[in-house]
Amino acid sequence: MNNAAKAPLPATLAAAEEDDAPIQKGRKTVRSLWVGCAFALLVASLWAFAATAAPQTGGAAAPLNVKIGVIRAIHSRDTISILDIPAEDDGVAGARLAIEDNNTTGKFLNQTFEIADVKLKEGEDPVVALNALVDQGIGLILADVPAAQLLALADAARGKNVLLFNVGAPEDSLREEDCRANVIHVGPTHSMLADGLAQYLVWKRWPRWFLIKGSHPQDELFAAALRRSAKKFGAKIVEERVYEDTEGGRRSDSGSVQTQRLIPTATQSAPAYDVLVAADESDVFAGYLPYRNYDPRPVVGSAGLKPTSWDATHEQWGAIQLQNRFYKLASRRMNERDNQAWVAARIIGEAATRTGSNDPKTLRDYIVGPEFSIAAFKGQKQTLRTWNQQLRQPILLGDGRMIVSVSPQEGFLHQTSELDTLGLDQPETKCKLR
Amino acid sequence: MQIALKFSARAAVVLALSLGFARSPATAATAYVSNEKGNSITVIDDDKLAVTDTVKVGRRPRGIVLNKDNTQLFICAGDDDTIQILDLKTLKIVGDLPSGADPELLILSPDGALLYVANENNNLVTVIEVATRKVIEQIPVGVEPEGMALSPDGRILVNTSETTNMAHMIDTATRKIFANVLVDARPRSAQFTPDGKELWVSAEVGGTVSVISVADAKVLQKITFDIPGLAKEAIQPVGIRFSQDGAKAFVALGPANRVAVIDVASRKVAKYLLVGQRVWQLAFTPDYSHLYATNGVSNDVSVIDPASLKVVKSIPVGPFPWGVAIAP
Repeated sequence: MNNAAKAPLPATLAAAEEDDAPIQKGRKTVRSLWVGCAFALLVASLWAFAATAAPQTGGAAAPLNVKIGVIRAIHSRDTISILDIPAEDDGVAGARLAIEDNNTTGKFLNQTFEIADVKLKEGEDPVVALNALVDQGIGLILADVPAAQLLALADAARGKNVLLFNVGAPEDSLREEDCRANVIHVGPTHSMLADGLAQYLVWKRWPRWFLIKGSHPQDELFAAALRRSAKKFGAKIVEERVYEDTEGGRRSDSGSVQTQRLIPTATQSAPAYDVLVAADESDVFAGYLPYRNYDPRPVVGSAGLKPTSWDATHEQWGAIQLQNRFYKLASRRMNERDNQAWVAARIIGEAATRTGSNDPKTLRDYIVGPEFSIAAFKGQKQTLRTWNQQLRQPILLGDGRMIVSVSPQEGFLHQTSELDTLGLDQPETKCKLR
Repeated sequence: MQIALKFSARAAVVLALSLGFARSPATAATAYVSNEKGNSITVIDDDKLAVTDTVKVGRRPRGIVLNKDNTQLFICAGDDDTIQILDLKTLKIVGDLPSGADPELLILSPDGALLYVANENNNLVTVIEVATRKVIEQIPVGVEPEGMALSPDGRILVNTSETTNMAHMIDTATRKIFANVLVDARPRSAQFTPDGKELWVSAEVGGTVSVISVADAKVLQKITFDIPGLAKEAIQPVGIRFSQDGAKAFVALGPANRVAVIDVASRKVAKYLLVGQRVWQLAFTPDYSHLYATNGVSNDVSVIDPASLKVVKSIPVGPFPWGVAIAP
């Protein structure tokens, strides 16, 4: 071709320029191939290396298709702020973006990715959806369902070649006494979120907490995690109250008049405190607390400064790239469920890239192995706690307008990983993977 | 005083350029540092190790590169989706280049005719003809293209894609990818050894530097870093530079606040140099007497003597220094 007069090129380059030329001794003959319209005469030979640095292959890889199932329950549209009403593609949009990202990478490796999305109707059994996906040969499944349903899925999948990714339920029990070997937990737990918040409050020297929790069982789970965090990091809960859910709607044309009277009453006569900490997993009251609580104190927890895996306003460490790509795809901002689904589908993509496989068992071996890590725009590598298959990750603290801080905070040390200062740690685990 | 310094630094540059002879080590080089959050370029006189000027430029300046005769600086102004041209005699912006969306890093072809630009937002490497200021080609690469390198003979262009985790090797004659090498997570920077035989790629999140054999696009080794008392997550390799003789490699380790000195032959870390916070990019003076390191969080640059392996000075610059380019 046009380089004939120049010095010899490296073998790979020469191969690319001479279509169907035999490649150097000991290598398989490789063929050039066309990949899409964007790439003319692209790949003479693709080199993929496992993270172990062991060269794997010299030839163009055989085509590999990776199918990912998504099972998702409906999230309540009863939110205090209309900004939080979930979109129709809530969560799954993040998986779709990861599929796009994986497919861009896949072009170079002859791998394609697709998703099968199942949105459960009210009262529908997720196990039926699981079985239908398994019948289609889909064994890699993202699940955004309540904890009890996740456990049912894990138990129904036992004995099948299925790997589940929990991208919704934050319950610690799923990683502790109810942990399962066929579940990878991508989102943070209540205890990780509570510790991320507590470290910041301690750093701010706001150690006196007034805890107000909702009347639902999951509110008590988050409240319990907050109590544990207070003890762990030396804060004190000086007052604790329950805010009863009277099961009213969130929308009304004159709601502010009532809440302006209700919230001060619910929070008055407390002993001196630094912050009002809310545990309201069902979005019943916490959103009403800021600016309405009796004492002029900041609100944290389920409203005000919230600990979260992701927020639409997070932009550090290249996150703006992910936010831009998501906005282009979904015409809305990325929330924590979207992000957790993105991370899960990227973990699958990363494992498929490194192993050249779409087999759930092979991928699980890689993901729980020592070579696995994932880059997810939170400033450091994220790895798996192998004892319960929980993804280690920083916790963002945001007020909905911007990220105020990111935990772990400076000075909270750990012998293995500072990320393990967040949430239940190995010595205290009740998990026995099976 | 400020004016006098400014004049002498620029006069030195102009003199060296107009006379066109090889400069002696005594002649002051001029370092240009892009300040990502300052929307500015800091000008440093390497002889005096002092700031002589600060120039307002476009928004979010990161990657910077000098033109062939060192009369202009090309600046990726990412948030303005453009590459600005700074005239180094007048320190005025004299034009811009069509860059594609969100340009972050760029590299000049050895003959000075072409700029290769990584467009982080749309998975492309854009090829710009400097003389005509026109885009002549866009090459699709992996997700979030970032690092750019050219082989010493100019025939292989390398782009790293941060989310795809590959180094894409591109034939500059055909502008087609001919090999993709999988490296560790979030590859940020790539650099050929002076002999062109090896390609070194840093992985910021993976925490490693992959040494790749150029002849067969194989990873020969992954260099890891271990700093006592520092969490492994804090070790985030970014900028790479080789000493003039190719015997030593210098690798900026991000929030580890250190530059690693690696013995190239054994591929072992010989020393860690303590610099400022979140050390990012590196550049040598043309005579290799100094190595500059930009420290994003501490808003300064560390000047390293590569012979004694000592940090000789920290120079305060603008907010979040990112890139550095040094003219004779």
